[in-house]
Amino acid sequence: MGSNVVFYAMYNDDDVLKDGAKKLVAKGVKVSEVFSPFPVHGIDPIIGIKETRLGIMSFLYGLTGLALALLGMWYIMISDWPMNIGGKPSFSFLENMLAFVPIGFEMTVLFAAHAMCITYFLANKTIPGMPAENPDPRTTDDRFVMELRLSENQKFSEKELEAMLMETGIVELDQKNIK
Amino acid sequence: MDYQVSNKAKIWTTILMVVGIVFTGIGIIAAMGDGNLGQKFMGNLLSNSFFFFSIAISAMFFLALQYATEAGWFVYIKRVIEAITGYLPVGMGLLLITFITLSFMNGAHIYMWMDPEVMKEGGSHYDELSSMKGAYLNQPFFWVRTLSYLAIYYIMWNGFMKRSVLQDENPADAIDIHFKNYRRGALFLVFFAVFSSTSSWDWLMSIDIHWFSTLFGWYVFAGSWTSAMVVIIMLLLYLKKLGYLPKVNESHIHDIGKWVFATSFLWAYLWFSQYMLIWYANIPEETTYYLMRVEHYKLLYFGMFVINFAFPMLILMSRDAKRHAGILTFVGLVILAGHWLDVWIMVMGGSMGPTASIGAMEIGMAVLFLGLFVRVVLVKLSQSPLVAKNHPFMDESLHHEI
Repeated sequence: MGSNVVFYAMYNDDDVLKDGAKKLVAKGVKVSEVFSPFPVHGIDPIIGIKETRLGIMSFLYGLTGLALALLGMWYIMISDWPMNIGGKPSFSFLENMLAFVPIGFEMTVLFAAHAMCITYFLANKTIPGMPAENPDPRTTDDRFVMELRLSENQKFSEKELEAMLMETGIVELDQKNIK
Repeated sequence: MDYQVSNKAKIWTTILMVVGIVFTGIGIIAAMGDGNLGQKFMGNLLSNSFFFFSIAISAMFFLALQYATEAGWFVYIKRVIEAITGYLPVGMGLLLITFITLSFMNGAHIYMWMDPEVMKEGGSHYDELSSMKGAYLNQPFFWVRTLSYLAIYYIMWNGFMKRSVLQDENPADAIDIHFKNYRRGALFLVFFAVFSSTSSWDWLMSIDIHWFSTLFGWYVFAGSWTSAMVVIIMLLLYLKKLGYLPKVNESHIHDIGKWVFATSFLWAYLWFSQYMLIWYANIPEETTYYLMRVEHYKLLYFGMFVINFAFPMLILMSRDAKRHAGILTFVGLVILAGHWLDVWIMVMGGSMGPTASIGAMEIGMAVLFLGLFVRVVLVKLSQSPLVAKNHPFMDESLHHEI
């Protein structure tokens, strides 16, 4: 029963939270999540969050956009209905490439930006309309919450974790049993 | 710990200069018979003195940019940037020697507008199109402009250097000096915004006398900015390898790596903008510039573009690459050579046209200038403490983290 206890320690300053997290991690505590109204700079390496792979995805999305733009331009302007614009050679893709660069660029940016945003929302489960996952609505305003799970910290007892959290300068401590 | 020019560095820069002189000599002897030795030599002198001068002035632009935006991250490496601007007096001297020689040689077929036979009616090579530009492109006005650019650059550079040492010595005035740097930095940016454009028209664009492009100034400036960022990062990595500047962390390196990446894109963007608009409009008086380069420098010109754009883009795209000394040095060396080639084609494409090629003289003079540049920068670096003191943002720089 005791193994699915979750602690929510609330702070009113991101630096206090960061120092607290540092101390807890040094003692061997696993911090499972931090909720904050804005990105807390430098918290990721402290609580051991893996580096994001969003950048790699964005690169792949960009490549998709570029490929699609060039394919589309080839089909529309060269293959299907060659158009004579300003006397430019209209039967050769390579000789007309220059005119397609701006379109390729725009499509790259469009795909990379939009697809990256959607991926970000999906990965964080924050698509508009989805139920909020944060434990306390104040974490969207001016409070910072650190989440500790007893199940991930088997070597400590409930009491020990609570005592350690109390030393880190919290303003509130909440405890929940999750199924 | 203050920096001392190591014996190894002294020997290597001396070797570079000696090799440069030998190759230049071979090049001169080889070009003795073909009648355009003067033009060839002056063209190389112009492209090299401009290229290395532009690195120094772009480093100063970068310094002024940090002052004007009140940036904090750069303070710990401020002296490295200042050392690169330390080439300015030498660079200006060489540029002046080049222009004076060109003036006495009536332009040496590089600046056609310096030749009275071209500009005056009844001259043996009289060209009406060129003579109509005589109101702007004439020797007295050229010298007024050139001297005012250089004088203002020099005075402002001198001020920055003086205040930098003054701030070290007077902790009480550090804040005042900081705000003075802030104002002077902004003022320099205003001057540089105009002068970087007009000076590249005067010194480089006027070589292709019939041709003009409003984008040319930005294009030249973007290239020299990239080169300056490359030189800054390579000098920083060199010092770090020798054990100086222990508090330069990965974030500093990463930030300058990003600058190399970003300025390369800026340069490629402007290169393409200029090229595509002229290609699309297809107006004969605009296409002359590209006709010459595409017909006679096809491999060098497009090769240079691909190298300067694709290398930084593909290799420096990932976060880890921008923090890796080996990758940065490799990309830096390649695109530094690429931008040197860019300037060389600007000068040679317009003056010698099809008869120019990369040979002993070109390599020799580039190596000679490189050796001189590195030597002057290192000597300048050793003249003041390696880390500035009393700058209000020093602490921020030491804890720079991205």
